Amino acid sequence: MLKVRNLSSGYGNVQIIWDASFEVRDGEVVAILGSNGAGKTTLVRTVTGMIHPKSGSIDFDGDELCGKPSRYILDKGIVQVPEGRQLFTEMTVYENLEMGAFSKEAKAKLQESLEFVYKWFPKLKERKSQAAGTLSGGEQQMVAVGRALIGLPKLLILDEPSLGLAPNIVDDILSVAHSMAKEQGLSVILVEQDITKALAMSDRGYVVENGRIALEGTAEELGKNEHVKKAYLGI
Amino acid sequence: MVDFFHQNLSYFLSGISVGGQYALIAIGYTMVYGILRLINFAHGDVFMCAGLIMVYLSASLPFAISIPLVIAITAVLGFVIERVAYRPLRSAPRMSVMISAIGVSYLLQNAALYFTGGLAKVYPEIGFLSRSVDIWGATTRMVTIVTPFVTVALVLILTFLIRHTKIGMAMRAVSRDFETSQLMGIKINRVISITFVIGSLLAAVASLLYFTNYASVTPTSGSMPGLKAFVAAVFGGIGSIPGAVIGAFIIGICENIIKGGASIFGIPGSGWTTFSDAFTFAFLIIVLIVKPTGLFGEKSVDKV
Repeated sequence: MLKVRNLSSGYGNVQIIWDASFEVRDGEVVAILGSNGAGKTTLVRTVTGMIHPKSGSIDFDGDELCGKPSRYILDKGIVQVPEGRQLFTEMTVYENLEMGAFSKEAKAKLQESLEFVYKWFPKLKERKSQAAGTLSGGEQQMVAVGRALIGLPKLLILDEPSLGLAPNIVDDILSVAHSMAKEQGLSVILVEQDITKALAMSDRGYVVENGRIALEGTAEELGKNEHVKKAYLGI
Repeated sequence: MVDFFHQNLSYFLSGISVGGQYALIAIGYTMVYGILRLINFAHGDVFMCAGLIMVYLSASLPFAISIPLVIAITAVLGFVIERVAYRPLRSAPRMSVMISAIGVSYLLQNAALYFTGGLAKVYPEIGFLSRSVDIWGATTRMVTIVTPFVTVALVLILTFLIRHTKIGMAMRAVSRDFETSQLMGIKINRVISITFVIGSLLAAVASLLYFTNYASVTPTSGSMPGLKAFVAAVFGGIGSIPGAVIGAFIIGICENIIKGGASIFGIPGSGWTTFSDAFTFAFLIIVLIVKPTGLFGEKSVDKV
């Protein structure tokens, strides 16, 4: 569904992503792995239109997204859960979720989507009138994922969902993303530094190093790869 | 006590009235600051322009047409200023935008100077607003009574808009975080334009009320009320709408109490009126020393 070809991008004159190509198929969980500063976030931010690419193509179900504004890309169904959650902390959980429904289509289906989100994250229903900033880190991450789901994604991008969370909560969030992909046919891009956890939950993966795609393969292949083992898993 | 209040009623009344007018201007400052972190120095001059536009329009049109037209033209003026002077600088450092704002301020003043030839233009008497009324022995104009009600009504409408509508929600989101708002699919430029339109609209209403009291408009008429409304916004905690409104009422009332100093404090002297402006700014300095974020200001958390 998403085919990225020879993408280059960066901030101003500083080029960060060099000639990156990757793809995501329907209902697939794809991990984008790499260490701090490798360019993972820049890569996905280019896909969501937050950064304008310098060259390359981003094909999404036959639509060329390269150079399109972020609102257009959002309406096409690529929704990102930003790094560090970025909730509106003084607004309530409900308002934060509602914030995901700025497109007409999402607005029309808001009630339905809310039920869907509450089904996956029942805690959010209990806390819907509480200020989002008063929630625990894990719950805030649930709100961030819920907010993205309200936007009716076909492709959900999770940028470092593990950031600042306890390991067991990370497992919860990742397994929800995984089951959603498998049960709802949602495609997921999982951007992670925690390579073991990410590989356990994904079908395929790409390793980003210095702004280039250094390796790609199925989760299993990557887990066995000598370079990955040495550089990232410390084995 | 009642006697005291009764004797000085006219000062209190005009304080509340001026406060309401400052409040309407202050909202424009505080909303733009809340969203762009920009002090829109041109806002006071937009207010002055609304006054001049009214002078020219009312010369040939009945009030029923000229008043809505003034409000509409001022809103367009606010929109155009943002579009031309601030939007191209969206990614520039904040200082550049601020200097652009100062530039717009002088541009408007000079344009006004050119059109008026530097003469004070007589503001039309808007029949109903200019009528005198007696309240409990104090003679005042209708506008004094009307202003606080108009202000409160507009503030309530605005609060409703911000709390309960989609555009209000977008405004709150954008004022928090540009980038996440953009991720949510909010069209940031549109939200900013609407903010300027609302601010200018309120400034136009304020100009109708304010100039009815002062009878004439000059190219620099916007500076002082603009500056005081800005002080009010800072006093209330810039970025906060209730803060701006309450700050404006406090400043308006205090200013007029000082004007009435000779009779209110029982200390004779003719210099009280002269010092009312000095008081306003001294007050601001004290507030900033004691509570740098203002009455309702948020703790300054730097955007990460």
